[in-house]
Amino acid sequence: MSRAAPRPGRRAARARPPWALVPLAALAVGFLVLPLVALLQRAPWSDLAELVRRPIVTDALRLSLVSAAAATGLSLLCGVPLAWVLARSRLPGLSVLRALATLPVVLPPVVGGAALLFAFGRRGLVGEPLEDATGFVLPFTIWGVIAANTFVALPFLVLTVESGLRAVDTRYEEAAATLGAGRWTVLRRVTLPQAAPSIVAGAVLCFARALGEFGATVTFAGNLQGRTQTMPLAVFVALESDREAAIALSLVLVAVSLAVLVPLRDRWLRA
Amino acid sequence: MTTRPVRPLLAAVAVLGALAACGGSSGDAAPAGDEGDGPEGAVTVFAAASLTDAFADVAAAFEDEHPGVTVELSFAGSPSLREQVLEGAPADVVATADEGVMADLVDEGAVGEPVVFATNRLQLAVPAGNPADVTGLDDLARDELLVGLCAEGVPCGELARRVLADAGVTPAPDTEEPDVRALLAKIEAGELDAGLVYATDVQAAGGAAEGIDVPAGEAGTTRYPIATVAGAPHPDAAAAFVAFVASPAGRDVLAGHGFGPP
Amino acid sequence: MLRAEVDVRLPDLHLQLDLRVDDGEVVALLGPNGAGKTTALRAIAGLRPLDAGRIELDGRVLDEPAAGTFVPPEQRSVGVVFQDHLLFPHLTALENVAFGLRARGVRRREARAAAQAWLDRMGLADVAGARPRTLSGGEAQRVALARALAVEPRLLLLDEPLAALDAGTRVRVRADLRRHLAAFPGGRLLVTHDPLDAIVLADRLVILERGRVTQTGTPAEVTARPASRYVAQLVGINLLFGTAAGERTVRLDTGGELTLADALPAAEVAIALRPQAIALHTHRPDGSPRNAWPAVVADVEVDRDRVRVSLEGPVHATAEVTPAAVAELDLVPGARVWASAKAVDLVAYPR
Repeated sequence: MSRAAPRPGRRAARARPPWALVPLAALAVGFLVLPLVALLQRAPWSDLAELVRRPIVTDALRLSLVSAAAATGLSLLCGVPLAWVLARSRLPGLSVLRALATLPVVLPPVVGGAALLFAFGRRGLVGEPLEDATGFVLPFTIWGVIAANTFVALPFLVLTVESGLRAVDTRYEEAAATLGAGRWTVLRRVTLPQAAPSIVAGAVLCFARALGEFGATVTFAGNLQGRTQTMPLAVFVALESDREAAIALSLVLVAVSLAVLVPLRDRWLRA
Repeated sequence: MTTRPVRPLLAAVAVLGALAACGGSSGDAAPAGDEGDGPEGAVTVFAAASLTDAFADVAAAFEDEHPGVTVELSFAGSPSLREQVLEGAPADVVATADEGVMADLVDEGAVGEPVVFATNRLQLAVPAGNPADVTGLDDLARDELLVGLCAEGVPCGELARRVLADAGVTPAPDTEEPDVRALLAKIEAGELDAGLVYATDVQAAGGAAEGIDVPAGEAGTTRYPIATVAGAPHPDAAAAFVAFVASPAGRDVLAGHGFGPP
Repeated sequence: MLRAEVDVRLPDLHLQLDLRVDDGEVVALLGPNGAGKTTALRAIAGLRPLDAGRIELDGRVLDEPAAGTFVPPEQRSVGVVFQDHLLFPHLTALENVAFGLRARGVRRREARAAAQAWLDRMGLADVAGARPRTLSGGEAQRVALARALAVEPRLLLLDEPLAALDAGTRVRVRADLRRHLAAFPGGRLLVTHDPLDAIVLADRLVILERGRVTQTGTPAEVTARPASRYVAQLVGINLLFGTAAGERTVRLDTGGELTLADALPAAEVAIALRPQAIALHTHRPDGSPRNAWPAVVADVEVDRDRVRVSLEGPVHATAEVTPAAVAELDLVPGARVWASAKAVDLVAYPR
């Protein structure tokens, strides 16, 4: 059986937005793009090649990429199971759990950083016994940066994957069960493959958010070049002392973020 | 250079007299009642982070003297203040923790004639109880301690590095905080074992932090200039505030917080 | 062999049903929508636990609430063909059929080979690499059947297997289904609301109405003596018995001759013809219907907005027409009319 091709004229008519929306959309685009244009305009193009090779830039770039990737990895490991619980289980109080899991999205990042200190700092709830027992301290290390990044970025992954899992028809899981697949096999071969686009989209959003994280990182992990100074921190500090380096750093950050976000195909966002 | 107390006082009187004669100023955008003479409306003051507590009291005292004016305070690291003023933030007055920053602003023509109104010195701060048994600058080089400094562009950071260089100590910092209050907060919380902050900050921390004097002399002292911002929305109130800060009344308030005389 | 005493309480229905399906037997659970047929099927499959009762397959208890026993669906040996086939959209047809085998630990290559064999048997060899969304309704349903059969279950459940197909496809797939089901050694339970499916495919009917069984028996028994109004309406299907007189022609026991669209499956056949598929005319019709015969109106019965006209003659059948037609054709007992039926509306199966 073949599907009939849609008549061309019909399809074009459906895609055009109602005219009133266009100026508003243009306004939104302008608002978002203008700061970027201003940044490009102030860029020291002639010195750029030298600027991006300075240690303050390369150290920050390396730290940002490593910590964002690690945060994304941790978020996938813990976030996908959490998303599954939120989407599928029938535990009581699920809406409370969901609200808690997405709290970091609305919480000001600095507040998040302070809360992380209260929990995992040297005098923190978990941090103090941890230091007493092992001598290990989270703040002022890259683990602190990863923790701060994970705290703010995990909810994005959870939300995206939860909605993707909800879209998977549970009847397929029933069919798989009648064929002899245990719960783990069903998850592995039926549920997750169908939710894969949303998992990828969630990971990308998580990475992008972690890359841009500032408030929680500076409050919890501190700021030291080569150890905890990620790109946003480096930009902030450089703005005070070396404007040109700050702009170069900003351009690098924008370029990396675009490289990560542009391949995010719109069908994955819809999943 | 020391400013004799008489001159700022005369200036303040002259300004107030002029304003009274004019009967209301043109620059005030804020709606105010017609009560009394003197400047009215709001005055926006941008000040260095280390002035946080002191300027709150100074502002209160100023408002007592000039009912009808409200003071709005905004604090940040001195380099941030420079950026904000240069980018055209709506400040009337700016007070920095660094003469160099103020000099930049003067060069750009962004401020009027600055007046040095207070001094501050560096101190080694440790959490209450001094858990790491810190005794002097040498301890800042110990790897096993968690040590903090202000970031390089920040006046507190510049000062710290000068003092350490003079003492021949190579520090092993674990963090370089963008502003001194953030550094102090981490010391108070016990997350850091030691850090170099201003004496005023240690005082402001009350019992949560202890201060250890460092032999610094001239290198360890910083001077605080204040100036009105060119093109300020409320120039009269701005001038009055600057005058008040530099006056004996203002200086008394500042001394109470640990600031030295100019 | 399945022995099921099903007791399930739904918000608006209390289902109570005793069911037995022997190996080699095809049982159809027939009833109107909302009767509880799908619920019964899901309980047997393990997708819904019983509230009371007992399900036992080949001597093994699958579900007994009173004893606290419940075997989850993946451990029962019950295959299910779902109404919307439910082929996994992200796998090809071959991978779908191989799924159950691989889930049970069979190695990839062997599973795929076995799956290919099943697809070949169903005549689907050339769609093995296709994704479900590119398959036609009939192809998808056959792949679903292959998928369920590939794990060699002891019992096969089919939930409205032809409901999602259009009329023309349904006829073909029904015939195929009968063939494939015949090859399956275990018990087969078919759930349907279409009496034609039940009659053609099943050895025994169980009529389920509002959660209770109202009649059981062979198709002939049930249609001969309907026990409820619902069955009586079902019985409105005309069952005509005859002998093959050609590849596609049947001579009826009552004397008439009918030509069908497909080849006859056996020498002795029963032909099902819906009353709605019989058209009445005043004269012998020309044009497409291949089957036309003169008949005498025996009885005219009004049933709400439909009229059932029983006809006698070479073909004993009941036609269903509109009241307008009754007026137009002046249908009264004793009136002479011509009746016709399209070859494609005649379904034959071995007696």
